[in-house]
Amino acid sequence: MEGCAQEGQVKLLGVDYSPFVVRVRIALSLKGIHYEFIEEDIQNKSELLLQSNPVHKKIPVLIHNGKPVCESMIIVQYIEEAWGNKAPNLMPKDPYDRAIARFWAAFIDDKLLPSTLRTFRGQGEEQQKAVEESVANLLLLEEVLQSTGKAYFGGDEIGLVDIALGGLLVTIQTVEKVTNIVLTDTQKMPLLCAWADKFCKAPKVKEALPDRAKFFELMSARRAKLTSPPAGNLKGGG
Amino acid sequence: MAMEEQVKLIGWLRSPFVTRVRIALALKGIQYEFIEDDSENKSQLLLKSNPVHKKVPVLFHNGKIVCESMIIVQYIDETWDTNAPNLMPKDPYDRAIARFWAAFVDDKLALSVWGVLVGQGEKQQKAVEESLANFLLLEDALRASSCSGNAYFGGDEIGFADIALGGLLVTIKAIEKVTNTVLVDPEKTPLLCAWIDRFSQIDLVRGILPDPAKVLERVSHQRAKFTSALAGN
Repeated sequence: MEGCAQEGQVKLLGVDYSPFVVRVRIALSLKGIHYEFIEEDIQNKSELLLQSNPVHKKIPVLIHNGKPVCESMIIVQYIEEAWGNKAPNLMPKDPYDRAIARFWAAFIDDKLLPSTLRTFRGQGEEQQKAVEESVANLLLLEEVLQSTGKAYFGGDEIGLVDIALGGLLVTIQTVEKVTNIVLTDTQKMPLLCAWADKFCKAPKVKEALPDRAKFFELMSARRAKLTSPPAGNLKGGG
Repeated sequence: MAMEEQVKLIGWLRSPFVTRVRIALALKGIQYEFIEDDSENKSQLLLKSNPVHKKVPVLFHNGKIVCESMIIVQYIDETWDTNAPNLMPKDPYDRAIARFWAAFVDDKLALSVWGVLVGQGEKQQKAVEESLANFLLLEDALRASSCSGNAYFGGDEIGFADIALGGLLVTIKAIEKVTNTVLVDPEKTPLLCAWIDRFSQIDLVRGILPDPAKVLERVSHQRAKFTSALAGN
């Protein structure tokens, strides 16, 4: 019996603009795994989604030979392990390097993502605080690249942390555009900006990234809704 | 593997996250030095070793520093991979399930239980309902596991998800006591209660679970702090 799984039947439930879905698509693309993408309507979730992820009812969900895997970074590790013999390896071999990779992936989810969302949703002082936090979080990632001197967080090739952050890239860049705030300053974080540039252009990554124009429209509409005054407060206005 | 392993763990004994790591180290039979730190007055060593989060536990292994309890547990399992037992299953799908439930404990369960501790009135009631719902989901997971004849989340021995939840047990009980709520109900979640008994009575685990009195003291202190802050408003 071969060490790695036969590709089998792979389905991915998601929406193309979700950073979490993008992470999984990047991993699948890098490993050259063929899959069926099932576009979900978030306002009207399918039976398949609700049955496959009854705990969280969220996307992405990877269904491999009928078995569902949930939570983006858990899916990415699953892809790495189920197709362990398929290059490239998304995780280092050494346990310490793996711990460091997991640490930064968790940091991105637990710190960077929430502060980015607060930047997007916030206004005034609250938003300013979120911006400062986001910049501080990004600077920590800049320091990681400074200390390793490598092009990617994973070393010479894309790895777990690159995928964790890379999934968020278009989201972060769109938040910057929509709010007119710079989070990724080339002067403050030159390595991170270089990384972003290189990552977006990497073969097999490009095709997994969402349509920027569409995503910008979506986020602009959301921001407008968040920042518009509640109806009835406008006197004599249209 | 190095002939002479130097393993140190920084933390405080009542911490559920430190407890997780101590359980993993004990299961693997790893000797280590425990460095007791002070949550009210964190040491320079702790702040320098975990500058990003400034939290415990922190594991030192031959000069390498590992942070975040479940990341440390995976590190222990992968580094001492020839020490039985294996804390993670071999099959990639089973590993994904183990990680899923460990993440659920951290992202959902711990949060809702914390909400019970610090909340009052309607907010607290909502947190109680969420906690009950979260424990029911864990009950479902155990039922699915026990259908395969397993006594624990991952198998017939304790594993990753068991450690994730097990570290929290004494704290959960203390929170129930201090807030006068029932979060783990033997009628609603009988399998979970049986699992709690089974887990708590494993010899190695019993010696590591924190002193309930000390945890209760800390939890009471936290409740007082949060509810007086609210009252002050």
